[in-house]
Amino acid sequence: MTRHPSIPGTILFDTEEARKGYALNRMCFSFNSAANRAEFLKDEEAYCRKFGLTPEQIQAVKERNVLKLLEAGGNIYYLAKFAGIFGLNMQDIGAQQTGMSVEAFNQKLLSARH
Amino acid sequence: MARIVGSVLTSHVPLIGKATVNPALQQEPYWKPFFDGYRAVHAWLDRVKPDIVVMFYNDHGLNFFLDKLPTFAIGAADEYRNEDEGWGLPPFPPTPGEPNLSGHLIESLVNDEFDLTTCQEMLVDHAFAIPLQLLWPGVGGRAIKAVPICINTVQHPLPSPKRCYRLGQSVGRAIASWDADLKVLVVGSGGLSHQLDGERAGFINKQFDLECMDHLANDPEALTRYTSVDLVELAGTQGVELLMWIAARGALGEHAREVHRNYHIPISNTAAGLMVLEPAERAP
Repeated sequence: MTRHPSIPGTILFDTEEARKGYALNRMCFSFNSAANRAEFLKDEEAYCRKFGLTPEQIQAVKERNVLKLLEAGGNIYYLAKFAGIFGLNMQDIGAQQTGMSVEAFNQKLLSARH
Repeated sequence: MARIVGSVLTSHVPLIGKATVNPALQQEPYWKPFFDGYRAVHAWLDRVKPDIVVMFYNDHGLNFFLDKLPTFAIGAADEYRNEDEGWGLPPFPPTPGEPNLSGHLIESLVNDEFDLTTCQEMLVDHAFAIPLQLLWPGVGGRAIKAVPICINTVQHPLPSPKRCYRLGQSVGRAIASWDADLKVLVVGSGGLSHQLDGERAGFINKQFDLECMDHLANDPEALTRYTSVDLVELAGTQGVELLMWIAARGALGEHAREVHRNYHIPISNTAAGLMVLEPAERAP
């Protein structure tokens, strides 16, 4: 079923994605708390299991792979909290998703001026 | 009766937060073109002297989660606190609320068929705090009482631009009927074009942003022809924050006068936009 027109390189986070990614996003939402971030870092896989992540989601978490996390129903607002744990900023994440170096990604942003 | 003095529409990228508390950083080449744009806003605020802020903003997963996600929510609290959003940053100062205006807005809006979620407890994230930091440097959220109105940008379907514009119009009518001799500033927080997620990350659309700014000044109804998915396509997945600007513009009434604008690419991954608009009697 097509719920909306497709936009290249974009997953529209709709009700279906929200159901698919619920456990993953709920875990990332928990990272608002410093105590939870520390607990995650102590034993990542145990923390993932506590929130009921699927094997695919746990694998994507292990790889810190943003595209796979999105594919598994992750929402970028919650994933940003996950990425922050590892000190990744939005240019790091942008570079990772577009397969560019961070320098090339920054250049891409600058080129939007013209 | 209360009166709307105007509207400030501004970006709220989290990265701005650390620069707002570091004046030296604001003079560096990366930040200067952005922060210089706010000087005219400070002069304008000194002139119009608002007593209270009503702000349209979007929560990024501090107060609301997917377990209970309102399309429209309004604060009805004595105070609005910011907390750790997951990055361990020092929280922004709390902002005093104005429960009398919240109550009046809730009565008026629901009677006008906008059925909002009402929140007597409501944490506010960077999207609420950063505009206040930018408008009142060094003081931020402590500077003025505020009422937050949150619009969902997390889970589609999002409300349409038309619906947000109509919500803003209803807020404008409600403020005009509030029995208080106070001046109200309406803030729209977010935008402009940016996309954080997917292979399309880094998408920015300068031409569309500038067209939107022109429309907001002169022909806001033109923006109500878009769907929210159109906005994703044209402005990026997070560029949909334009909905906050459209709602705030709705509150000003049919005609507005552009006082100031600034536009700078990039701040983080975002095209940073700023506008000041005043209500006007007739088309400019």
